Amino acid sequence: MSDVSQPAAHPPVTDWVHDFDHTDPQWTDDPFPIWEELRASSPVVHTERFLGCYMPTTYEAVREIANDTEHFSSRRIIVRDVRPEVARNAAPPITSDPPVHKPAKQLLLPPFTPDAMKKLEPRMRAICNELIDGFIADGKVDAAARYSKYIPVQAIAHMLGIPESDSDLFINWIHMILELGIKDESKLLQAVQEMSAYFSAHIEERKNKPTNDLISYLMNARDKEGNPLEDSHVLGSLRLLLIAGIDTTWSAIGSSLWHLARTPADRERLIAEPALIPTAVEELLRAYSPVTMAREVVGETTISGCPVKPGNMVLLSFPAANRDPKMFPDADKVVIDRRENRHAAFGLGIHRCVGSNLARMEMQVALEEWLKRIPDFRLDPAGTVTWSQGTVRGPRQLPFLFGKAM
Amino acid sequence: MAERLKVYVDPDKCQGHARCKALAPDLFELDEYGNAHEAGDGTVPPGLEDKAWLAKSNCPEIAIDVIEE
Repeated sequence: MSDVSQPAAHPPVTDWVHDFDHTDPQWTDDPFPIWEELRASSPVVHTERFLGCYMPTTYEAVREIANDTEHFSSRRIIVRDVRPEVARNAAPPITSDPPVHKPAKQLLLPPFTPDAMKKLEPRMRAICNELIDGFIADGKVDAAARYSKYIPVQAIAHMLGIPESDSDLFINWIHMILELGIKDESKLLQAVQEMSAYFSAHIEERKNKPTNDLISYLMNARDKEGNPLEDSHVLGSLRLLLIAGIDTTWSAIGSSLWHLARTPADRERLIAEPALIPTAVEELLRAYSPVTMAREVVGETTISGCPVKPGNMVLLSFPAANRDPKMFPDADKVVIDRRENRHAAFGLGIHRCVGSNLARMEMQVALEEWLKRIPDFRLDPAGTVTWSQGTVRGPRQLPFLFGKAM
Repeated sequence: MAERLKVYVDPDKCQGHARCKALAPDLFELDEYGNAHEAGDGTVPPGLEDKAWLAKSNCPEIAIDVIEE
């Protein structure tokens, strides 16, 4: 096994069906043809990389695994080169299995209902407009770096009651955990430590001076026996909210703008029919789902007829499920008024994303405000679009020019 | 005369995606956790039949039934 402090080099993939690697540059750049090849081969494929990992390739196989918490544990939810010991209270409820999962999940749900999100909406619109004010006069922008990135960070900071000005700190931790941390354990540990220290200070502050925010809400929460949560549980949940809430929605907003920059017809239609934006958001979530989760196999079973053995991880690709033509006619086309859309962008089963209502609200508001003020925009041919590697996929560089092409 | 419809949410399957509430707000209610149940006894008022089918066909957990009476 490689030294954990050194990032492991991954040889390039030549046989996707038997040796897939979701960190390969080809996957990062354009995963869709790869998923099609894997799906044509089998509902479940396997790689020896990452100490052994399966990937369900169909919507049905993804659903079976998501609903089978007996054979598939969430104690590890990122496929990585190493399998360090599992920390207790790592990030409940996303890292929890039944029966621990349900109470931890129920604790987080009330602040994230659609009604709660409606109260946040005016602040979100203001945040979007403040960001647009910062670059609209330039005639061009890197929309990933200056727009889509800051919307979820400022939203979650607002909810947690921490300074929106600490945004760059959070963005850096997330990059270290979700991207660098896949191959470099030390980066991940450093980020987790820094994050814990940051939140511990905020928890301490609130012990004397309670506030009306999500941190105080968690500190005041009581379990069924009426006991407060352990500090480690509060910290784990805060880490989760920050990690799960930021580069996911950053990616979803970025991918949506990337699509609209390249598709004037869709842009024009949404400007003419803004009431269609929520439906379009669902379709963009389907076609460009950002989040791939993972499970660890803890019991022998079969999925869609394929044997699955313990000791392996599972790359639970909701994005690939959402491109399965058996489930979605014209799966590779973005149909912004798609009527039937049971997409799995926020997961399926008990681990449905706690923040799905927040993400949807952010996406709708971000697209509405952008289209109101910048109805015409296109990719800047002088720039390059780059995509994040690993567990969350979205544009990290998104150079746009404003106005109609000459 | 169109048939009368009733919607029903299976509480064991619902995971709170809230798609039904977004698509057919008059036919569904959400509890404090954001999980859905049918409004009243689930009877679909005339004119909202299309929304009932829309909610059913967009539920990721296949938790919604539309019953023709």
